[in-house]
Amino acid sequence: MRPVLELHDITRTYSMGDTAVHALRGVDLTVGAGEMVAIMGTSGSGKSTMLNILGCLDVPTSGRYLLDGVAVETMSKPRLADLRNAKLGFVFQGFNLLARTSALENVELPLLYRRGASVRDARGRAAAALARVGLGERLDHHPSMLSGGQQQRVAIARALVTEPTLLLADEPTGNLDSRTTIEVMALFQALNEQGITIVIVTHEPDVAQYAKRIIEMRDGRILRDHPVMDRRDAAADLATLDTDPNDSLENAA
Amino acid sequence: MTNSTVLRMAMRSILKNKMRTMLTMLGIVIGVGAVIVMVAIGNGAQSQIKRQISSLGTNLIVVTAGSAQQGGVSQGAQTFNRLTIDDVDAIKRDATLLAAVSPVIVTRTQVVAGSGNWRAEVNGVSTDYLTIRDWAVSSGALFTDDDVAAKRTVLLLGATVARNLFPDGDPVGMEIRLGKTPFTVVGVLAPKGQTANGSDQDDVVLVPYTTAQTRLNGFSFLGQILASASSPSQLQAAQDEIRGIMRDAHGIPPGGTDDFTVRDQTAIATAATSTSSIMTSLLAAIASISLIVGGIGIMNIMLVSVTERTREIGIRMAIGARGGDVLMQFLVESIVMCLLGGLVGLAAGVGGATLVAHFTGWSIATPVSAVFLAIGFSAAVGIFFGFYPARKAAALDPIQALRFE
Repeated sequence: MRPVLELHDITRTYSMGDTAVHALRGVDLTVGAGEMVAIMGTSGSGKSTMLNILGCLDVPTSGRYLLDGVAVETMSKPRLADLRNAKLGFVFQGFNLLARTSALENVELPLLYRRGASVRDARGRAAAALARVGLGERLDHHPSMLSGGQQQRVAIARALVTEPTLLLADEPTGNLDSRTTIEVMALFQALNEQGITIVIVTHEPDVAQYAKRIIEMRDGRILRDHPVMDRRDAAADLATLDTDPNDSLENAA
Repeated sequence: MTNSTVLRMAMRSILKNKMRTMLTMLGIVIGVGAVIVMVAIGNGAQSQIKRQISSLGTNLIVVTAGSAQQGGVSQGAQTFNRLTIDDVDAIKRDATLLAAVSPVIVTRTQVVAGSGNWRAEVNGVSTDYLTIRDWAVSSGALFTDDDVAAKRTVLLLGATVARNLFPDGDPVGMEIRLGKTPFTVVGVLAPKGQTANGSDQDDVVLVPYTTAQTRLNGFSFLGQILASASSPSQLQAAQDEIRGIMRDAHGIPPGGTDDFTVRDQTAIATAATSTSSIMTSLLAAIASISLIVGGIGIMNIMLVSVTERTREIGIRMAIGARGGDVLMQFLVESIVMCLLGGLVGLAAGVGGATLVAHFTGWSIATPVSAVFLAIGFSAAVGIFFGFYPARKAAALDPIQALRFE
């Protein structure tokens, strides 16, 4: 299995005044193509720092990070921006869509920042990405006219439109109710089936159960790294919900 | 990101906040508008002054007695300090670069016509005078060389004098008296208006200089000699020539000081135009203060906008916008806002200048350069005052920006 990302002894230290905060204290991790990984941990475990580094928003203090075979740790800011555009798709907890901007224009945005050869038919590709997440009918809707689940789908479409090597999700279901959570996880599972590598940061064990592999972090280190034994199928869970309306949503999630 | 995309994005975010954009642009609109109006007023005044100066006569050269360099030092005996008809004759005889020469004898006399009377300046001149002054006769005709030679008592009335003495009739052919001497009116001069310093050029009576010497004055000295150079390019050479002729005629040795002064209108014109151009720049400078205030408004709003849109900036950076892209986005927004304001201000300024012209009767001229200046300046204001906020946006850390609430 070809590795999509390789971390070798990554550390990240912030200096807060006189004290140094060691957010990551030596992390080694390899994620292969087609994996669906959940990174778990309590707040302060270093999982957010980990996500920032994986997402090329931050660079490690020491260690090596290869994304799709490219060394990231020495790159300049503009090159990091280009790398984010070309190889990464982000999905955030708060959706982070541009307000008063249609779904189509939101999804189109990453293509507009593409370097080098200009993207032909950005509109068409954005529309196709929205259709892929089941929002082909709502191209002109603004985020304020969409439900939370739909907004997150738009965000996922925006992450997919550049056909990234890696899709990074930061608490993607944190702002969603149980049913919508399952819907979004079903979408992630479907996309993963189509071969997209996904890394999800979450603190909800239920959500992590939809992944193929769980990495638990504590105090800036990887505590445990294990495959998911009884992986849940979000589509099946949804079907159960639909057939048994008496089943409470909390139990289903 | 292509230029058109950047522009489209800027337009979109400007349009998202219509009210705020309009109020911010108002600063630029007022600034540019004020500059245009002020420049138009100053420019109009300048061209009016130029017109007035050229109405004094084309290529006019004035010779007066005495010397500007003389100061308080008295000249010895046997030196000329008056201009005479001999000087005029010498100039006429020897000058090669002059189109016309005329003596001017200046007196003031009571002009009496029937029951009315009027005190006016009476100028004794030759037939060349109207050519030199570029002055037309509105009715009747100029007296002839024959009249001058025969010292006839004929005269031309200036428009102001004619209006006051003959409010409802054509005075040509009428008998009037200058002091006690009866004269025949042979013509009326076309109105020439005021000089740059406000004296009425039409409050004048022209008579043959020979008549003035014998009938009105009794002495032979001239107030001044007027001449016109054959072309504007000859103006300086013609003055030098007159100076040479006059020095010879007055027997001034080499190194001696002139006992006369030769001037042209350029000095007056230059002084007047430079005064009014100083005024124009002053007005424009005051007006541009409001443009700067408008620019500060732009900067203020752009800073607010950057703070407000911190999260948006974070999103854009996360999905691959470089710092430079963000900088460009905000800079273009600021420039577009300023340019739109500049265009509206341009229209408002031209409209305002027209209104001012309509209500005050001032002559107003909006120079084409002011149009380009206004547009250029508003773009410059956009760049200058937009750069700091844009750089601030570009320097944001995407992680912090994404977390911003």
